[in-house]
Amino acid sequence: MSIRLHNIGKHFDAGRQRTRALEPVNLDIHDGELIGLLGPSGSGKTTLLRIIAGLECADSDSGARILFGDRDVTNLHVRDRRIGFVFQHYALFRHMTVFDNVAFGLTVMPRKHRPTTGEIRARVHRLLEMVKLEPLANRYPAQLSGGQQQRVSLARALALRPDVLLLDEPFGALDAKVRQDLRLWLRHLHDELGFTSIFVTHDQEEALELSDRVAVMSNGRIEQIDTPDAVYKAPANRFVFEFLGDVNHLEGEVRDGVLTCGEAHLSVDLPDGPEELLLRPHEVRLVETPTPEARLPMTVTAISPVGAEVRVELAADWLGEPWLATVRHADYERLDLRRGQRLFAVPRRWHRFPAGQPERTVMATADAA
Amino acid sequence: MSTRALPFAIGRAPKRVLPGFGLSLGVSLLFISLVLLLPMTGLFGQLAGLSLAEYWAIISDGRVVASYSVTIGAAAVAALVNGAFGLLLAWVLVRYEFPGKRLLDALMDLPFALPTAVAGITLATLYSSNGWMGRLLEPLGLQVAYTWVGIALAMAFTSIPFVVRTVQPVLEDLPVEVDEAALTLGANDGTAFRRVILPHLWPALVTGTGLAFVRSLGEFGAIIFIAGNMPYETEITALMIFVRLQEYDYAGASAIASVVLFVSLALLLAINIWQGRFIKRLHGGGG
Repeated sequence: MSIRLHNIGKHFDAGRQRTRALEPVNLDIHDGELIGLLGPSGSGKTTLLRIIAGLECADSDSGARILFGDRDVTNLHVRDRRIGFVFQHYALFRHMTVFDNVAFGLTVMPRKHRPTTGEIRARVHRLLEMVKLEPLANRYPAQLSGGQQQRVSLARALALRPDVLLLDEPFGALDAKVRQDLRLWLRHLHDELGFTSIFVTHDQEEALELSDRVAVMSNGRIEQIDTPDAVYKAPANRFVFEFLGDVNHLEGEVRDGVLTCGEAHLSVDLPDGPEELLLRPHEVRLVETPTPEARLPMTVTAISPVGAEVRVELAADWLGEPWLATVRHADYERLDLRRGQRLFAVPRRWHRFPAGQPERTVMATADAA
Repeated sequence: MSTRALPFAIGRAPKRVLPGFGLSLGVSLLFISLVLLLPMTGLFGQLAGLSLAEYWAIISDGRVVASYSVTIGAAAVAALVNGAFGLLLAWVLVRYEFPGKRLLDALMDLPFALPTAVAGITLATLYSSNGWMGRLLEPLGLQVAYTWVGIALAMAFTSIPFVVRTVQPVLEDLPVEVDEAALTLGANDGTAFRRVILPHLWPALVTGTGLAFVRSLGEFGAIIFIAGNMPYETEITALMIFVRLQEYDYAGASAIASVVLFVSLALLLAINIWQGRFIKRLHGGGG
């Protein structure tokens, strides 16, 4: 079921102060889509999700409207919206068994719509099978691990076959490994059952991996909404670029096509004046001798050879913050990287987001690698 | 055995990491002995002078038995009323924000702090036939002062904090999300309360109500001014003890007091055992 949001804004009144939690937002979500709302805390993503669920009300003065398909749910109570909601801290009913938790939604239906006890039993067991928790049906939530509890809460939300599934930081309270597993598993479940879902996260990796489209939010605004690929490759502004990954900053003064910063310099095709260039860690190449275009001397301060690439931390007197570079294991061995070693960095690419200009510029330098 | 053991643990590893166990337990036990156990031993010492038949005769005396039913009946009514309103008050104090919330919260403790005799006199003047409330209620045929209703009222006044203060922290611990989860699953407000919130509060509510009941059994100061103290009608057990004491019949007073003590202890113990089972289930025990 598609979701359409029209002018959804939100104020909070704290004493005499009015704080804007959400600028009026417009958003179209297609049937069966999995949307990630990504942003730092306080960006309004949870508020937006709770408004869609009906757990909070949008400001009424801006003509807010929420449509599920053709159904206008703007003024509908949460219990009539037919949504499933998964909470960050599971919010399971602790005095009920796993079975009773999942069955809850079915057992509180009005008598004339309520399935028979046998049907409820069968349906709950099917759901528990789906979340792989059948053997634990008679346990209490306190006897389960965090990941298991979150799966119970997911089964409970799906028991009423909702049109829309809303998840508020569903994996936020779990450890890294469980998180990764549940993420993949949710993706499969979504593809299999075809519900429309929106989830909130502050983890870029999670948002980019799981969503069909990502909405990056900050300060109560949607900064950009696009596919994970597009958001990562073509960020709409500096905030999106910086939020989606590690960033190295290079600040300096451009004169006659050369950016200088202390003892470092880099040839750039830019007009004279102060400049700030941004680079991703994988856009930094490390060499032993400087190239004619770039002379950026650095000292290796830390090396972490874990994962597909080696992460190298670099520092220099002329740099405000240390840089981070990722190099291939082959290069790591060839360069024989050690802590304290002096090297030169060469940018493969760099980005700039000049103030007042929405467009970014990406330039590729002559790349010998 | 390590030869480099620390001086205070020569030859053995210290069993506890947290310091001060011996001292704190010792002081606690001493305090309990002086304040709780010693007076109770005194009570039983008084009883030693009585034969079993004499003991039975005192505690089954007609007037005393009548006082049991007045006390227990009024305490039960007071406890049930407090259970309902205490839950409501705790709910209001935890779930909503409103001006004067802090003040209301502080007022909850007033019955604890106020001398019970002051409360008794205030209630008696308020509800006597020419008091503010009495004047309004009497024409309606409801007499409060000098009836068991007055006794229940005084008991309710002195014991309401027990319910509020036991339910409040449990309600604060219950995340609002649990409530919201029930609503997203289509439960209406009543069902959500009955099936999700009440079961959580139940142990605390029963404990609070039980404590209020036990407290009411022993209440004296607040009640005697409003009770009227008519034999067989509005005499409470605590008054019977007082009367015996005034007659210098210490053994008789102790005998009646021991009945109150046993009933209270049995009730507290029962509540504790029942609550322990319930809580074990919430925290992952066998249930």
